[in-house]
Amino acid sequence: MMIDRRTVTQLAADLRARKVSSVELVRACLPRIEASQPTLNAFVTVTAEQALAQAQAADRELAAGRGGPLAGVPIGHKDLFCTAGVRTTCGSRMLENFVAPYDATVVARLKAAGAVMLGKLNMDEFAMGSSNETSYFGPVRNPWNTDLVPGGSSGGCAAAVAARLLPAATATDTGGSIRQPAAFCGVTGIKPTYGRVSRYGMIAFASSLDQGGVIAQTAEDCARVLRSMAGFDPRDSTSVDIPVPDYLAGLDAPLAGVRIGLLKEFFDTGLEADYERRVREALAVFERLGARLCELSLPNIPRSVPAYYVVAPAECSSNLARYDGVRFGHRCRNPRDLTDLYKRSRSEGFGAEVKRRIMTGTYVLSAGYYDAYYLKAQRVRRLITGDFERAFAEVDLLMGPTTPTAAFALGAKSADPITMYLNDIYTISANLAGLPAMSVPCGFAGGLPVGLQIIGPHFAEQRLLHAAHRFQLETDWHTRVPERCA
Amino acid sequence: MNTHLGTPVSADAGTRQGGAWETVIGLEIHAQLATRSKIFSGAATAYGAPPNTQACLVDLGYPGVLPVLNAEAVRMAVRFGLAIGAQIARQSVFARKNYFYPDLPKGYQISQYELPIVAGGTLEIVLEDGSRKRIGVTRAHLEEDAGKSLHEGLAGLTGIDLNRAGTPLLEIVSEPQMRSAREAVAYMKKVHTLVRYLEICDGNMQEGSFRCDANVSVRPAGSEKLGTRTEIKNVNSFRYVEKAIQYEVARQIELIESGGKVIQETRLFDPDRGETRSMRSKEEANDYRYFPDPDLLPLELEAAYIEAVRAELPELPDAKAARFSAQYGLSDYDAGVLTASRELADYYEAVTRAVPGQSKLAANWVMGELAAALHKDGLEIGAGKLPAERLAGLLARIADGTISGKIAKEVFEVMWASGTSADDVIASKGLQQITDTGAIERAIEDVMAHHPAQLAEFRAGKDKLFGFFVGQVMKATQGKANPAQLNALLKKKLPG
Repeated sequence: MMIDRRTVTQLAADLRARKVSSVELVRACLPRIEASQPTLNAFVTVTAEQALAQAQAADRELAAGRGGPLAGVPIGHKDLFCTAGVRTTCGSRMLENFVAPYDATVVARLKAAGAVMLGKLNMDEFAMGSSNETSYFGPVRNPWNTDLVPGGSSGGCAAAVAARLLPAATATDTGGSIRQPAAFCGVTGIKPTYGRVSRYGMIAFASSLDQGGVIAQTAEDCARVLRSMAGFDPRDSTSVDIPVPDYLAGLDAPLAGVRIGLLKEFFDTGLEADYERRVREALAVFERLGARLCELSLPNIPRSVPAYYVVAPAECSSNLARYDGVRFGHRCRNPRDLTDLYKRSRSEGFGAEVKRRIMTGTYVLSAGYYDAYYLKAQRVRRLITGDFERAFAEVDLLMGPTTPTAAFALGAKSADPITMYLNDIYTISANLAGLPAMSVPCGFAGGLPVGLQIIGPHFAEQRLLHAAHRFQLETDWHTRVPERCA
Repeated sequence: MNTHLGTPVSADAGTRQGGAWETVIGLEIHAQLATRSKIFSGAATAYGAPPNTQACLVDLGYPGVLPVLNAEAVRMAVRFGLAIGAQIARQSVFARKNYFYPDLPKGYQISQYELPIVAGGTLEIVLEDGSRKRIGVTRAHLEEDAGKSLHEGLAGLTGIDLNRAGTPLLEIVSEPQMRSAREAVAYMKKVHTLVRYLEICDGNMQEGSFRCDANVSVRPAGSEKLGTRTEIKNVNSFRYVEKAIQYEVARQIELIESGGKVIQETRLFDPDRGETRSMRSKEEANDYRYFPDPDLLPLELEAAYIEAVRAELPELPDAKAARFSAQYGLSDYDAGVLTASRELADYYEAVTRAVPGQSKLAANWVMGELAAALHKDGLEIGAGKLPAERLAGLLARIADGTISGKIAKEVFEVMWASGTSADDVIASKGLQQITDTGAIERAIEDVMAHHPAQLAEFRAGKDKLFGFFVGQVMKATQGKANPAQLNALLKKKLPG
């Protein structure tokens, strides 16, 4: 069966032109997803029946000349966006059988735009991980080499788009969970500004860092999907009431005069030489397009990882307290008493990495440690935000590598959490500062995709998408498909 | 662990504190705010609904849901803060108080910790000797209530009712400035009156809308250093607060005097046994791991908003009492009683305005006959059993001499029972006062003629018999003779 390399943009146009029906697309996708599961394991749940029903409805709308901007386009949701009537597992045994009675705002908005949900995508448990190895439903494998990890936590999303199982997926990014897997799998991903996309119905890992976004083949597709899911939501107090611009407008405008900063701290000794060469070649493309490059130093950036691994576990330890076996989720068998119910339900329901972070977070919030850890981490966070603000007074965008290396082997880092955490060294600072950031395919190192990271000031999504799109007009890295999938 | 004392403590045990020991009390009052919906969700807050019918996904702590602050709860907290002359924080922060309990769905309670919305106000209480004392309010903060665990009718099981989960509370924390159980009750009543004036809490203590935790300690009289305190949790009546504190003070004094030490702990008051019992010690207390709730931005209030809330404040109890004293010539005591609730004060004003120049008479009737009748029937003034204009109609008949005060009480009883007007009762029962001098004289002469022996004794110097003749004439006129006229005429006629 031929894969469908069409982008969201092409599919939306073909659907509207009635060159293809949504039902045809869904019928083509479903067996490919089924066939990919034993090797890639990108999906936790495939919603074939609902997808066909939604596709039929979309086709009717399209036939009547109606339908939203994504009418009939098949997509997938990371399995932490709540979907009414379809289980939402968060990659955890704790929520193995949890069926939310409501749609997340992101899900509802994409549904309203006409998108058709094919299923729920695998992820690290509760979005905690950088390799997709912590999922209760088994690891996702990298389509470029199935011995390798796809990155995480949105590993299922990135792998599914890379294998062209679907053209786009929603994802979330707390410390790099969109950008790192996008880089590892050779696809395009955007984490918008904190507050740009509603978190309502998005199961929380670390509330002040979590942000929903998109993984797709191209920047233009990211713009198209983001346009339909972003915007103020009265049900999320942290969502920002600023109108959503048309992200598709002006994508083709020239880049001349755009000032691009290279973060010295992102080209440190930990960066693999080949990876660095691809990133610098990409920067040369921007220079050719008329952008001006300069080097910048943000002194507090090296403190990002320790600050993050205080703040994120602290919030997670509290966010995950609700999984107590009382109202929903996993409950142990025959609890002796309340304490036993809590202990065993949580011990059985959560995996090792989630437990590690709950314990770390509980510790840093404890009496006597709060000031030394949590408050200090919050101060570091403000310093990092200040660094970025000063940088964006001088440049329009910051660019650098998304990760220090390309995808690594399954099991290579899972024994050592610190090594695993350092994989997020370039991505975490954007979350701490709440900035929009992207990863764009920019070549191959050792046969594996390399990601160029683009970071912008708050609410500058359009600027990021514009730069990425212009880059993708000049290059074809984003069109490469793993051989085994082609 | 149960450390209660076996010996019962007499109610006046607190009197010992006047000697060697000084009592120090601080109260944390939880006032349930009278919003229609919950503090962070749209679910209703009505009391008494079947279990778990007023709990939405947010109250249930479902995965993915988020809190959204109820603006009305904020407005109510600001009203309270302004009413006690406190600082309204331009920026306050919601924090998570983390602990596990089945009736706490999220595993944390959203409260305010380091930066509360209200800080540093005062309330004035009146002591028994009539002197006034200012009690500092350290802070008042917004928080959500937890649900309830149900044990009755569920053998071997615990039920959870989350209707109450997420109900808005204002926790009002006093300085440790009260020195007796009575002072504590006076303060609690003052807060109770105020929150109802402000219409931010229905004050219903049976339903738990207004309850308090009492922090109690004792120290040697004259000592500056505070003693170790215990916290008595969740007391929901004025009487229980008084009893619980009295018991606890006596227990602590007895413990120290017998060589023991007070342990910092949480205690529960058992109203059936009239004693407090240990619930958990400080060592067993949770580490709540407070931190700012990342789902809620800091609450920022603009000066213009605060001023707008100030402009809507009603006349407050103290100001109203002062005005009643000045405007209606009432004693401080009467003014205090009549302003104890807004409904009562409004009622009194409606009555007294309808019968000009009779404000003292109106006060006596409202505080006397009316209060007694309400109490007997277990009714509130707001129940509307006897509208103010009806009572005013009765007082007008007293004022214009149509009926005597004594007859008026009869009329009142009929009015209370039947709901008719004073004039109808007077007319139908022929209770109109006799003011015709000739008629009264005839009645006097008749009585004198029928009681020659008593008349002779009176004339022989037995003055006490004057009352006998008053009574006889009143009896003969069915109480309708004008008392003043009757007195004057008897004085003229009896001596002969």
